[in-house]
Amino acid sequence: MGDLLDALAVALKAGLGFQAIFFALLAIGINVQFGYAGLLNFGQIAFALVGGFGIAISVSKWGLNFWVGVVIGLAAAVVLALLLGLPTLRLRADYLAIATIATAEGLRLLFRSVSATPVTNGTRGLSAFNGDFIALAPWATNERYRILGTSWSGGELWVALVGWALVILSCLLVWALMRSPWGRVLKSIREDEDAVRSLGKNVYVYKMQALVLGGILGALGGMVYAVGTGSAVPDQYQNANTFLAYAALILGGAARVLGPVVGSIVLLFILQFADTGLRLLIDNGVIPEGLLSSTDVAQIRFVLVGIGLMLLLVFRPQGIFGDRREVMLDAR
Amino acid sequence: MRADPNPHGATASGSGASGAGAAGAGAPGAPLQKPSGWQRGDAPQRLAQTALRDVPWEVGVAKPDPAIVVDGVTRTFGGLTAVAVDHLEVQRGGITGLIGPNGAGKTTLFNLLTGFDQPNTGSWEFDGRPLGKLAPHQVARLGVVRTFQLTKALSRLTVLQNMLLGAQGQRGESFWRALVPGTWKSQEQANTEKAMDLLRRFKLDAKKDDFAGTLSGGQRKLLEMARALMSDPKVVMLDEPMAGVNPALTQSLLGHVKDLREEGMTVIFVEHDMDVVRDISDWVVVMAAGRVIAEGPPESISQNQAVVDAYLGAHHDAPLTVEEEDQVLAQAEREIAREEHGGGDVLRSDTTTGKGER
Repeated sequence: MGDLLDALAVALKAGLGFQAIFFALLAIGINVQFGYAGLLNFGQIAFALVGGFGIAISVSKWGLNFWVGVVIGLAAAVVLALLLGLPTLRLRADYLAIATIATAEGLRLLFRSVSATPVTNGTRGLSAFNGDFIALAPWATNERYRILGTSWSGGELWVALVGWALVILSCLLVWALMRSPWGRVLKSIREDEDAVRSLGKNVYVYKMQALVLGGILGALGGMVYAVGTGSAVPDQYQNANTFLAYAALILGGAARVLGPVVGSIVLLFILQFADTGLRLLIDNGVIPEGLLSSTDVAQIRFVLVGIGLMLLLVFRPQGIFGDRREVMLDAR
Repeated sequence: MRADPNPHGATASGSGASGAGAAGAGAPGAPLQKPSGWQRGDAPQRLAQTALRDVPWEVGVAKPDPAIVVDGVTRTFGGLTAVAVDHLEVQRGGITGLIGPNGAGKTTLFNLLTGFDQPNTGSWEFDGRPLGKLAPHQVARLGVVRTFQLTKALSRLTVLQNMLLGAQGQRGESFWRALVPGTWKSQEQANTEKAMDLLRRFKLDAKKDDFAGTLSGGQRKLLEMARALMSDPKVVMLDEPMAGVNPALTQSLLGHVKDLREEGMTVIFVEHDMDVVRDISDWVVVMAAGRVIAEGPPESISQNQAVVDAYLGAHHDAPLTVEEEDQVLAQAEREIAREEHGGGDVLRSDTTTGKGER
């Protein structure tokens, strides 16, 4: 019983830690693009990459201030969004999807390549750039604190606190935008671009604004991740993270302000709980060693999450917060 | 107030707005005030019809007061010339029907006029302002609003949100001002009232909070037309507004289209139903194979040889003389006889064996 409580506590920490914040911010960005505007951005991780490396390179390589690094990371995300959007947003939705997925993979390979090593340190990545930020914590960062049965270092706690503040601010921003006429135009574009054009709205500009906003949120996610891990390694930014963020968004409910946030918390909680829970069962001999060894657990938990998502789409396609009537309408 | 001359008061089964009867179409107070001073329920003025009375029935004829002038517009898709219109003028404040067989280029012409497609050559202007090279939203902002052949209701928005989208010049549609509700709240309020007025007129007010995707096909047509009216257009272009709409709702839609004319708007519509065209058009333009082949008031069209040829094919045109008729009859009889004879032969040779040639 005590073991089970421990497993729950560990999972809770995962659900509230910087990784959950990372996915939450990625998913909020995707929600703006895909959930509201209907844009298929399959390379959200590229925005996180430029965000994280924006700080890392500015501080570690160029010796700039941490906050200048934040600005550089955000600016890089805006530039990336513009570069992706300019050629593709006039075309059908598929083209943005193709461009983003290729960019995400291409950027990661570029950042880890030998020729980029002088700037990005190649596969080893950069570290020791978050000192300025951690030093701002109002408590001692080298001590450990126990909260609800989980142990957090002061630094982790500080990153989580600032991270969740960012998530809350982002949610407020999305909420304020989506209740306004601007949000109405965005949702209409998702339903039918031509109808919106025929009513005198410049669809291209709105799509670009959505892409840039979502990209900035993704970059913020990448920054939280880089600061949380204390390092920026290109291979951390695998495009699988984009799809995990999509999973979080669909789990929570697309086109809902809190959908991506709750989805990320639940997703990370389940992943961690499946991990520790399965290991516990194997260690106690409940699951025989021959059936499943503890080395398989890391993969099996994703299988379990996959099955869970399938069941969700069958029985509750609208996610946790969605409106079933809305989801069941054929989007014509 | 006089009796309502338009048939839009008919409660169509599809429009199903319970309780909307109280705010019936002819009810005073409900109509939108328009500068022309015309009120719904007044006798129709049909100014355009009067103005067009003396215009000759020729292709490319000049109209007394054209709102839209098209000059030498061509659009080709590969080797196919979809549209090749030499000259066409559309009378302001009238209902112009655009008809023609399938593939005549009607919808392509619509797309060109509204910026959804760009022509290979040619120019066209609206109120003397050239419209070439403008994007769809720029054309719409000038006051030329269209609907689509396949209705484009925004399914996962409510009916009211659909309507509000149609309003022009919304301050809250800019990204930064959207974050400060104070800048757009009052405008939103005014737009909502206007939208509700229109919804009442189109008997959709009871559905305002429903998703547009739950409406019937006919109701979507109504919603699309109402949404277009939210932008206070000068020209309304309706692409097959009656397609797939049940007959009762057709009457109501027709009434609404006539109202647009009385409010001073120029209406261009594509339609296949000739009864509808005859009923509401002031002027009819017939297209075939991308060209305008005839224009004139509706009564002139059914007698026009070029139109009959376009619809039925040229070789059906001349009536048969008595001799020809006899000839054709005799030939047909011969053929029938031969067939019966031959058919019997085959049958016999199939069923009875060993008889051989007779």
